[in-house]
Amino acid sequence: MESIYLTDNIKLFVVILYVVLILITSAAYILGLMKKNTENFKTRMRSFWIIVFLFTAAFIFNKATAVFFIMLISYLALKEFFSMIPTRRSDRRVLLWAYLSIPIQYYFLYIDWIVMFYLFIPLYLFILIPLRMVIIGDTEGFLKSCGTIHWGLMTCVYAIGYFAAYLAIPDEINPSGGALGLLLFILILTLFNDFTQYLFGKMFGKNKIIPKVSPNKTWEGFFGGVVSTTILSVALSQFLTPLTLLQSVIIGLGFSVIGFFGDVTMSAIKRDMGVKDTGALLPGHGGILDRLDSMIFTVPLFFHYIAYYFKIGILD
Amino acid sequence: MLNINKNNFIKFLFFLFIVKPFIFWVLGINVRGLEKLPKDKPSIIAANHNSHIDTLIIMSLLPVSRILITHPIAAQDYFCNTKFREKLFKILVGIIPISRTVTRQTKEEIFGGINEALRNNHTIIIYPEGTRGEDNTLLDFKTGVAHIAKMNPDIPVIPIYINGPDKILPKIDSMIVPFISDIYISDEVYYDNSSTLKFTHKIRSIIETMYLEHKKKEKL
Repeated sequence: MESIYLTDNIKLFVVILYVVLILITSAAYILGLMKKNTENFKTRMRSFWIIVFLFTAAFIFNKATAVFFIMLISYLALKEFFSMIPTRRSDRRVLLWAYLSIPIQYYFLYIDWIVMFYLFIPLYLFILIPLRMVIIGDTEGFLKSCGTIHWGLMTCVYAIGYFAAYLAIPDEINPSGGALGLLLFILILTLFNDFTQYLFGKMFGKNKIIPKVSPNKTWEGFFGGVVSTTILSVALSQFLTPLTLLQSVIIGLGFSVIGFFGDVTMSAIKRDMGVKDTGALLPGHGGILDRLDSMIFTVPLFFHYIAYYFKIGILD
Repeated sequence: MLNINKNNFIKFLFFLFIVKPFIFWVLGINVRGLEKLPKDKPSIIAANHNSHIDTLIIMSLLPVSRILITHPIAAQDYFCNTKFREKLFKILVGIIPISRTVTRQTKEEIFGGINEALRNNHTIIIYPEGTRGEDNTLLDFKTGVAHIAKMNPDIPVIPIYINGPDKILPKIDSMIVPFISDIYISDEVYYDNSSTLKFTHKIRSIIETMYLEHKKKEKL
């Protein structure tokens, strides 16, 4: 079994992360107990801890468990997506094909066949989905069906697949954190951006930034998030990534904006479908897609930034 | 209390290791009102019916100790058309067969098995539509559920609305495609000494209310 390379920095960082999370949980617990609405807060914290713990467990063993874990997340996300959108009775076989693409896509990742990982959903499934639909022959609502199914695959299988694709990055390009350091870096940055945008919005929020899509989002929250995320990016990048100071500033600024757009894009879809949450799998958070919304945009893009900057060939 | 013997051992394994993991992890369910489902006393569960998955979902909501003494009422002509199928469904799921075709039966012949099960503290599941519907519509209800409630006035009827299994495994198909299901459980209802027809309408309107509530939520 191929194990995942853990640098000393990563080990130290994970310990620090757990300590910080424990401190935040206990502090929030004490403060939370004074407020009235504690039940929701507790379930939220419990779900968050379960995710963090499962994630650590999956990535600490070896590459197979990590890839398998992300594959399960893909499956749960795609199921959530297909349950949320209106589907035609005649698309049942097509949806089954879409589900079957998950193990194939993750097998490519497991054997490090990155070029097939790049192409399988955007090219092969792009052809196979309408092909299967044409054979069934129901033309009413064809384009809408074809489009939504493929969008679901791009989001839940292709984009989420990048979580596991980071493990294919050669550890040598990042002596301080290895491949895992890059993934941890962008995940924490995105989560922190979500959190600070929410926090600043809650405290200073006045001017709505995008009222038609997400009435709770404000300019104050947005800028608060951008500034704090950039500061965190500069601090973490020295520890976990090979990025220069200038690069880390650009990443911090750019990816907090991208994370914001991932978030509001999922909000727009939920608004379109007339649902509050995408699902109910994570008590206190909603569904898997509710939690991953911003990461669906930031994780693949940061991968491409690294691949481009460090000349990891796209066609090997 | 978990009472496993050689008669229900296969049912125990089937639900604990196959059905429950399948319903909770492969398909996924979203339940509202789970606390209203009696877990340690007998009840008459009445639900809308679109798919075989309905039965597996309802039974999975119960603890294993209750599943072992829960019996779906099943159409004899469909589930027991061969001796093998009859044995299979009795062992795996614990069905109580009921005839949909024979007309001249005494009450005892029709409801005997059901009443005995309820008297022994067991739970039964009945689909008052009498068959699986198509396209997620709610058919008219047969009065069987009211007759059972009338003969067992101290046992509650639990109306349940299930949305989703018609997409997972519709009547016209034999291939399972995973979707998340929504389940709504209503407050218990006891037989109210009105007519069986009125009581049937009452149960139907409770399920229909949940159905409309769900539709409204979907369309919002």
